[in-house]
Amino acid sequence: MQPTAPGGKLIPVLPNRNRKGPTKFDSPHIAIWRSLSELSSEAYNQPVGDHGLIACLHCDLLQRLPDLAPGASARCPRCNKELWRRREDSLNRTLALTLAAAVLYVVANSVPMLGLTIVGRDASTTVIGGAKHLWDNDQQIVAILVLFTAVIAPALQIGLMLAIVLAGRRERPPRWVGALLRHHPTTRIWSMIEVMMVGVLVALVKIADYATVIPGVALFVLWVLVFLLAAMQAAFDSREVWEKIQWADEAQRPAAGDGMAKEPA
Amino acid sequence: MSPAAATAMQQGLQSCEGCGLLSRPMPGEDEGRPGEDEGRPGEDEGRCPRCDEELVFRKSASFQRTWAYLIGAAICYIPANVLPVLTTTTAAGAESDTIMQGVVLLWSPTGWPLSIIVLVASIMIPSAKILALAYLLVTAQRGSVANNEQRVRLYRMVELIGRWSMVDVFVDTFTAALIQLQPLMSVEPGPGLIFFAAVVVLTMLAVESFDPRLIWDSASSQAADSKEVTYA
Repeated sequence: MQPTAPGGKLIPVLPNRNRKGPTKFDSPHIAIWRSLSELSSEAYNQPVGDHGLIACLHCDLLQRLPDLAPGASARCPRCNKELWRRREDSLNRTLALTLAAAVLYVVANSVPMLGLTIVGRDASTTVIGGAKHLWDNDQQIVAILVLFTAVIAPALQIGLMLAIVLAGRRERPPRWVGALLRHHPTTRIWSMIEVMMVGVLVALVKIADYATVIPGVALFVLWVLVFLLAAMQAAFDSREVWEKIQWADEAQRPAAGDGMAKEPA
Repeated sequence: MSPAAATAMQQGLQSCEGCGLLSRPMPGEDEGRPGEDEGRPGEDEGRCPRCDEELVFRKSASFQRTWAYLIGAAICYIPANVLPVLTTTTAAGAESDTIMQGVVLLWSPTGWPLSIIVLVASIMIPSAKILALAYLLVTAQRGSVANNEQRVRLYRMVELIGRWSMVDVFVDTFTAALIQLQPLMSVEPGPGLIFFAAVVVLTMLAVESFDPRLIWDSASSQAADSKEVTYA
């Protein structure tokens, strides 16, 4: 509970007495941080004891996940949503694909993607160049959207995945991996390189009516990147990382990790 | 209530959208009346003990938020199709094209497959998406129990294909960025583009704020009464 002073003003929670070390040496911001985390941790739900028990996120049906062989998948019996697909050697394969995607991403955004020649004049553009042109033509909002879906979201998708997989290879991945893993699906929704590539194809055909189009190196690299990103997502098994991650309320449960299955339901 | 027929909400359990963990609200939090507190973000919201996500039985204010995004998208859909998205300036003068005119221009003996791609991605998908979401919202709000499986499949389709409407935004971006050959010929983005982009973004946000579990809630409570559940 959040203690309040008589005037209704918030007062910080006093540091816990049985914590190790002399708390009077805590700097104020650490003390506040501690009390904040104590406040929020009071609201943690109680996990059900059985970790195989889940509810379908598309129809809320309670069910028990079977132990799957690598490559096999489990579907909800009521709404047919895929609940879990177990991947073989998920972390290593995902790491390899993510590293390859990261290299291609850098190349794709540093060299020209499309060029054209018309009566002796040349023009070329990169992905970022396309967004910049929109910005310069008073279409700032669309420019930001293009930059976000074609450049920033894919970078986040690759970068977060790299951090998740590298840290996920540890025995007990730290808590922040959970925060990244939780937000990773959002970057996946907004990362639209494959959509952009179809758009580029259409633009290419349009322009070919007027001028000679010169496909840039980035065009080919981006096509490879589309397939690499799809393979990266397909190789990744988030459940494997969730199973061994450090819990957010770990401080409250001294025996967490080995004692998780014994939690009261 | 037989355990096999139960939903997590009927058992007072919340499943985490972040990590999938099933957990029970602490006494005094959301505990007890899931029906009444349905998705309303209370001040004493519980969090997932594993990943720290805020937990609710159903996405908060799902109907209201989805309707809001959807109505916004429907309003933007009109200027998106009426206003020009590209303006081509040549020595002969300036010419503005709407999305539909772009589809017609692209139609040629060799270019017709791409013309169809743009037609499907820019005209058919956005309107189908708005209609499909409106249908899902109306049937779920009326507590319909018919065609649940088809309706959740429709939701997944809308979720999957929605992003492809962005194609036209990219087409216009790169056409405009490349054709800059003043004074010969230049192409500039038109005022319709921002409305079209808004339709795409708003429908995607609508899909994300809709909770497909709402499709099943009436069927689940009926099944709980009759102690049986129909499986697909």
